Amino acid sequence: MNQLTELFTAPEWAFLRFAILTGIVLSPALGVVGTMVVTRRISSLAGASTHAALGGFGLALFLQRVCELTWFTPTLGAALGALTAALAVGLVSMYAKEREDTVIGAVWALGMSIGLLFLDRTPGYVDWQGYLFGNILLLNQTDLYLTAALDVLVLVPAVLFFPALLAVSFDDTFARLRGVPAGMIYLGMLSLTALTIVLLINLVGIMLVIALLTLPAAAAGIYTAHLKSMMGLTALFSAVFITAGLLLSCFLELPSGPAVVVLASIVYALSMFWKKYHKKRG
Amino acid sequence: MTPVIEIQDLSFRYNAAEPVLENVSLTVQRGQSGCIVGPNGGGKSTLLKLMLGLLSADSGTIKIFGTDPVNARKRIGYMPQYHQLDADFPASVLEVALMGRITANTLFTYRKHDRQAAMDALSEVGIADLAGRSFAGLSGGQRQRVLIARALAGAPDLLLLDEPTANIDPGAEEQFYATLDNLRKKMTVITVSHDLGFVKSETDLIICVNRQVNIHQAADFTAQTADEVYHHHVSMIKHDHSCFCHCHGGEK
Repeated sequence: MNQLTELFTAPEWAFLRFAILTGIVLSPALGVVGTMVVTRRISSLAGASTHAALGGFGLALFLQRVCELTWFTPTLGAALGALTAALAVGLVSMYAKEREDTVIGAVWALGMSIGLLFLDRTPGYVDWQGYLFGNILLLNQTDLYLTAALDVLVLVPAVLFFPALLAVSFDDTFARLRGVPAGMIYLGMLSLTALTIVLLINLVGIMLVIALLTLPAAAAGIYTAHLKSMMGLTALFSAVFITAGLLLSCFLELPSGPAVVVLASIVYALSMFWKKYHKKRG
Repeated sequence: MTPVIEIQDLSFRYNAAEPVLENVSLTVQRGQSGCIVGPNGGGKSTLLKLMLGLLSADSGTIKIFGTDPVNARKRIGYMPQYHQLDADFPASVLEVALMGRITANTLFTYRKHDRQAAMDALSEVGIADLAGRSFAGLSGGQRQRVLIARALAGAPDLLLLDEPTANIDPGAEEQFYATLDNLRKKMTVITVSHDLGFVKSETDLIICVNRQVNIHQAADFTAQTADEVYHHHVSMIKHDHSCFCHCHGGEK
């Protein structure tokens, strides 16, 4: 217990408190975006977008160090990479007759390869492991402000266009017939997903983003059958998983990202068993 | 009076492949209803998509209420094939019915009169008591009714139903047909079916689609005509004023 109070007061744990705060601030955006990713079944598109962020990240570091474009920060580069990939796959699935999963696989690998090539040619030390697996020590004040801005960017349209979001997610053809700009809403949703991914990368790393984007929503979907409450519950689950996972990683001296993801997976698995058990009884 | 549907010499093909529809002409007058029948791959759903303006014809014209299908959409209620939708989607029955009221200007939430219209549509198909239930928890037949209610909620003058009987619960068929008969009194109802379905009044049309389109008056439609459409034997049961036809085998 002593250890716990220490965590919330001692100056040497400031980085942990800051990471938890960032995670909690990120949760409302995760609630909306995670729910959309799971209900619209675009987790592989989100995966491609996540890995393409590495391409943008590599490009940014290269430009910063070789071409001295200091304003081109890694976060900006990652956002550029993730957005480009998400919109490219989205447009392909809307207009081209290509197989969507093939395009997703190509964008996924290409994004990552571009990143690795740029990182290879970037002089100086690069903490690429931090980007792959997350490093909460890297979080700074700017990330927190960006995360808060993301909440506004996600929540305002989600509340304003909620009926359209629901209708388009359920049946986009029908919504389009009723005059709803379904394509615009889909692309808007993909853009916000890409931006959420970039901020999530700082917290848990590229490899684990997809887990935090899907597991809380998948678990929430078991307990509720309404899109709005699923978003709320997903946000709550995200906050709890991130907080508990980070605390656990400090107590047990484990890497933080994997601790969060394993915890989320356990809750999801238990939820599925709970549902099975209740169905049998009911 | 402007016909509800007026199609002249319409042809359509996907990419460069064989034409799906060729020289199709079809007129459905106000007060008439119709049943589009024909073998799988014969172009039934394509014809429906052309009527909705989701596809555009390669040649010929198609007019709904005297205008371009895209302009007529506000007056059309559409029910897509059931299996195209995610059966686990988290939404309540009322929420799904309300989607039939959405417009480009619907923000935050629906208005009171929209809710009323959605509830009326649910009553119309006999499931107002399910309004609060989750869509995912319903039976196939109940979901089908919800989707018809969604199409009805926008107060259409033309109702297009793609395979409305595909998932009807056994035993609920008669009741379902009665619901559709009621709707036919209020608006033009065009159903698509790979089964020959059911046609009630003598003014109703049987629209046989197999690349080309032949139109039969329901009253004249015989087992022999059905055989010609399907190229194989079709059994037919006369029942009351309706005729129910069932297709056996499905192959040529």
